[in-house]
Amino acid sequence: MKKDKVRFIWTPKKAATAISAYMVGLFFIYPYINMILTSLKPHGELYATPTTRLPKSWQFDNYLNVWAAAPIADFLTASVVVSVCATLLVLIVSVPAAYYVARNRFRGRSAFLLLVLATQMFSPTALIIGIFREVKFFGLLDTWPALIVVNAGFNLAFAVWLLSGFFASVPVEIEEAAMVDGCTRFQALRRIVLPVTLPGLVTAVIFTFVATWNEFTVALTVISSPARQPISTGITTFVGQYDVAWEYLFTTTAIAIVPVVILFVSIEKYLVGGLTAGSVK
Amino acid sequence: MTAISMGANEVKKRRPANSILSALPWIGPAILLILLVVVWPAIELIRISLTKITSAGALEGFNGLGNYRLLFENPDLKTIAIRTVTWVLSVVFLTVIISLPLAQLINQNFPGRKFVRWAMIVPWAASVVMTSIIWKWMLELTSGEFNLTLRQLGLQDGQPVDWLRDPRYSFFVLIWVAVFVSIPFTTFVILAGLQSIPHDIVEAAQVDGAGSWQVYRGIKFPLLRNSLLIATIINLINVFNSFPIIWALTRGGPGYNTDTTTTFAYKMAFVEYNMGPSTALGVINFGFIMLIVLIYLRVTKATRDQT
Repeated sequence: MKKDKVRFIWTPKKAATAISAYMVGLFFIYPYINMILTSLKPHGELYATPTTRLPKSWQFDNYLNVWAAAPIADFLTASVVVSVCATLLVLIVSVPAAYYVARNRFRGRSAFLLLVLATQMFSPTALIIGIFREVKFFGLLDTWPALIVVNAGFNLAFAVWLLSGFFASVPVEIEEAAMVDGCTRFQALRRIVLPVTLPGLVTAVIFTFVATWNEFTVALTVISSPARQPISTGITTFVGQYDVAWEYLFTTTAIAIVPVVILFVSIEKYLVGGLTAGSVK
Repeated sequence: MTAISMGANEVKKRRPANSILSALPWIGPAILLILLVVVWPAIELIRISLTKITSAGALEGFNGLGNYRLLFENPDLKTIAIRTVTWVLSVVFLTVIISLPLAQLINQNFPGRKFVRWAMIVPWAASVVMTSIIWKWMLELTSGEFNLTLRQLGLQDGQPVDWLRDPRYSFFVLIWVAVFVSIPFTTFVILAGLQSIPHDIVEAAQVDGAGSWQVYRGIKFPLLRNSLLIATIINLINVFNSFPIIWALTRGGPGYNTDTTTTFAYKMAFVEYNMGPSTALGVINFGFIMLIVLIYLRVTKATRDQT
């Protein structure tokens, strides 16, 4: 980036490019700026005429009062527990699979990779009735474990594809040298390969966490108790009310959106690679 | 992007082919999870669609194609199916058409490029339901940002438009929000495609005197074919499955006026408790996605085999 800045010389054409790019950027974050501005308005200003974009009196207290106004602490707890557990499950299942697939040729390898790739294409929405009946069959309706397992299953593919690429990029020789020195295969994996593949692991963790955090359809269908809802379905309880408390609704969405956006931006480099793995080189 | 290639060819030289049995301890848990979460619900869905089922979900024996017959007797189905096709095609078409120049734009060199790219990731990272609710507020009748801007630009005098409740506009609003949330992913896939084009090809053309539009039209665009195809297919599936946008903004209503086959199947099952036809529609939806997935696997086979 620094090198670019030194070399950059403004010309009218480049200025036009830069300005249109800034406008595009502003356009895509504008709804979220609007969300934050609305979250800082007092309730009485929401429908005031004439309408103003900025709050006339900035209500930073909204961010304190919302915790008492709605059970968002419950929603956030549910989201954190479900997302953390789903992410752990994805890691436990995908790391060995990705490692083995990257290191070995075996009969059924292509079939396995195809199965994984196909699951990435499906979303739970299309199968929701089947998922609902299965969860009911296991007696797990209205429980977090149901959300954890379903989310882990649908996000497994991203992790397997991304991680196997990272594992394949570690030369076998380094690993073999470690095993000659007396490491077991697991020790070699843990001490030699995992540190090198850390960026891939971080990406897989963040991606699964954010995807689970944002998941809506399964949570809507499986969880019925208001107190067990994650934030993605919890916020819709605001909207159904007669007098929507938009200011509290948007303090809640801001609390839910800002951290995951920061996480997601931090893995920008690997996102496209993981999502279109097996197709784009 | 090179980290993605699997390097299996190298491995093949060193080690003999193993049987799937020695692989099972490593890949078994993944297979189990996929069987449990994807395959089981799919089989269950198909089984129930052929079974007589009460509104409470009790099964009353084999029903042949009875549920499908009930579904096709539904007078609303035809309109909803046509709307679904319109929905998918227009959202995907608009998304790709808008993303192409945007990718080209954020691939240029300008100060602050990093921040523009970050800004464009936000709608991708944020929950789709939450984004939809924000748009619901921005499209609000009197104090929404959209009508406010129109008023201030002098484009709207007298009665403001109720974008979400007016049946003339509500479907277009849904299309717009779907395009908005689909653009970031699509733009980044195309951007990755642009970045993978070797500089020397572009430079050679420029040395030969090709203008920037000619370079784009003659060299870059043809090389983007693969990225575009992938982005289009993934979008087709995502938009077809798109449930949160419609659910958060209109619930498919008023009536069935903004339903797609996806929200209609959900509504029948979990709002109207009309399980039988809902499972039949679910199977048809699933079959459609399966078809696109097969096309995807076929289209991408060539690149996968190289890895």
